[in-house]
Amino acid sequence: MGNSIQYILYVGITVILAIPLGMYIGKVMNGEKVFISKILVPCEKGIYRILKVNHEEEMTCKKYAASVVWVSIISFVILIVLLMLQGVMPLNPEGVKGLSWDLAFNTAISFITNTNWQSYMGESQLSYLTQMMGLTVQNFVSAAVGISVLFALIRGFVKTKQDGIGNLWVDFTRIILYVLLPLSIVLSVLLVSQGVVQNFSSYEKVSLVEPITQQDGSVITEQIVPEGPAASQIAIKQLGTNGGGFFGTNSAFPLENPTAFSNLLEMISILLIPMSLCFAFGRNIKDKKQGIAIFSAMMIVLVLALGVVAYNEQNATTGLSNNSSVDVSANHQAGGNMEGKEARFGISSSVTWSVFTTAASNGSVNSMLDSYTPLSGMTLLLLMQLGEVIFGGVGCGLYGMLGFAILTVFIAGLMVGRTPEYLGKKIEPFEMKMSVLACLATPIAILAGSGIAALIPSMPEIFRNSGAHKFSEFLYMFTSSGANNGSAFAGVNSDTIFLNIILALCMLVARFLPLFAMLAIAGSLAKKKKIATTAGTLTTSNGMFIFLLIFVILLIGALSFFPALALGPIAEYLSIRM
Amino acid sequence: MKTVKETLQRATILVIIMTVLCGLAYPLMITGISQVFYSNKANGSIIEVDGKKYGSELLGQQFTGDEYLWGRIMNINTQVFSDKNGDALMYASPSNINTTSEEFANLVDERVSKIKSANPDTDTEEVPVDLVTSSGSGLDPQISYAAANYQIERIAVARGISTTQVQNIIDKYTTNRFVGVFGENVVNVLKVNLALDGIID
Repeated sequence: MGNSIQYILYVGITVILAIPLGMYIGKVMNGEKVFISKILVPCEKGIYRILKVNHEEEMTCKKYAASVVWVSIISFVILIVLLMLQGVMPLNPEGVKGLSWDLAFNTAISFITNTNWQSYMGESQLSYLTQMMGLTVQNFVSAAVGISVLFALIRGFVKTKQDGIGNLWVDFTRIILYVLLPLSIVLSVLLVSQGVVQNFSSYEKVSLVEPITQQDGSVITEQIVPEGPAASQIAIKQLGTNGGGFFGTNSAFPLENPTAFSNLLEMISILLIPMSLCFAFGRNIKDKKQGIAIFSAMMIVLVLALGVVAYNEQNATTGLSNNSSVDVSANHQAGGNMEGKEARFGISSSVTWSVFTTAASNGSVNSMLDSYTPLSGMTLLLLMQLGEVIFGGVGCGLYGMLGFAILTVFIAGLMVGRTPEYLGKKIEPFEMKMSVLACLATPIAILAGSGIAALIPSMPEIFRNSGAHKFSEFLYMFTSSGANNGSAFAGVNSDTIFLNIILALCMLVARFLPLFAMLAIAGSLAKKKKIATTAGTLTTSNGMFIFLLIFVILLIGALSFFPALALGPIAEYLSIRM
Repeated sequence: MKTVKETLQRATILVIIMTVLCGLAYPLMITGISQVFYSNKANGSIIEVDGKKYGSELLGQQFTGDEYLWGRIMNINTQVFSDKNGDALMYASPSNINTTSEEFANLVDERVSKIKSANPDTDTEEVPVDLVTSSGSGLDPQISYAAANYQIERIAVARGISTTQVQNIIDKYTTNRFVGVFGENVVNVLKVNLALDGIID
């Protein structure tokens, strides 16, 4: 009973905070006055002056897309240079070396696409300079790009007979100044107060109370305590659905997520902005019900997933529950499947985290997913395979979901024999083609990528485990990249030239294909006139539509991935039941 | 061509501005605030007594002696870090093991028999699950309240002190759920052991 209160509160608190934040973001993106405008308007104007942009100038969808591409390319170049040359640059007290070209390529793509897949270990392979001026910056930039594109799409619905869909430089600057930076500042100070490190010192060495004698007879007397400017990066990696940990074991690591309170803060931050954007969407199209409908569809899937994972983890696997000498009850302990989970988080806080992150395309973990029970692992996989639209990444989750909504009105329109329309705009073949492209980008990236990789004979050698679980690890790796999530079934050594390249390509497809498609839809919709609502218009804010939308999402997800899931987690589940 | 050049220029300047703002000014500001207000916590929560650093209260150490409270199962990793003389430093990693495998079931059996034989006097029949599993970070500093209580008799016998004394120390270093709801009740293993050794109160 005590545990269900935790689940309810984690979800409830996030929703309660997301509603006002959504109204605030909606105002900011329209350039309306908010409570910190007095301080920030001069900064904003200053940036426009340096960029020499007129903030009232509108961009066409092509120009908007081109600007996004250039921001990403410049980010990529700076990042890959930092990663490869960090060995000869300052702020490197541990003397780490530059990364190999393929690992640097993979990491740079991973961070500019808001994926944060990590084939490296932060504390032993990256310098402080790379972490803060490379990765922290991209955590902000890639998140801001996603939200900008979402608002360009929203303007597409609102505007009539116009070419422009907003100005990327303006959208981008506003999100960072008004939303991401202020939230990150508050969150990082709170995290430090709990014990997250924030410094530029070299690593501490402490003496072990009980020295460890190794098998070869040598004795280890000291332990290393890694340091660094961690809190400032952890705040934005949670808020911007990035997820790339400062340390190798991400938010399971006690110096990255020390207490139940820091965990609560980091957990709320995962879904806060993606959720609030649903409400911002409703506000800015001047029909709050539409935002609530989209929000409800996402929430229903989220809660179902949470239920499945919570049930399976609390009941543990046969390896633990069949052993009559092990106590897996929740009596003065968390109980359940504690392998790969931290004592301070137990089952509830670990499970909620895993569901939130895989729904939100936030690649952070606070427990090791590789050790989850088969059906839990499958649910997490599926949440990503649905295209990261159950809240999803900041901005991209919602614009992906709107792609599905367009698909749904089209299918529903076919069934009743009417011209489909959504939010007062006629949906025609062009919008349809683009939506299909956006919705299928994730399945294509995952299935094509893993299909090619499965042909490599040496592939099985890189996995920690055996049997059907090995296939789950393999599938997870491509799912995480192809859905721009970035979390891992970590029992894999993915730092090989082949995997670094192919995973990076999956990330690029999954990020930019939907992004371009949705911008094209925005441009096309903005040119159209509004059509009046009649009795024959399909309502897109009632229960029927929510149900249809969920149905379409599950249909595409399940049809694309059922065969692959059958070989991995389902086979694994059946093998322990036989 | 002119527009391409213009867009490229603006993109470059924008990314540079953001690098200075989010990659330099912001982390420096947070570091400043942290070092002034939370200096111990911002530097790794090191437990230092009379100039000797006994550990970080947030990073687990391995204990195997009968007189100490044991923590989560650890996969000690000595490959990643070493000091100036090339001597290995202790670090640890998660297992990432498949929990449905036979390998895992056998490991659990092994751990159970080891812990049962080390704790013959305990009146609890079953071993709390976090004593036979490894953690998410590999360096979990805590165990559940049940897992700590399981070991009281052993520690009391090995040290020749009363179980009440051990119980009191464990209770002192138990952190309850945040506002009574979030997370779990956990015991900090290193702090209990330092208190048992009389190094901290």
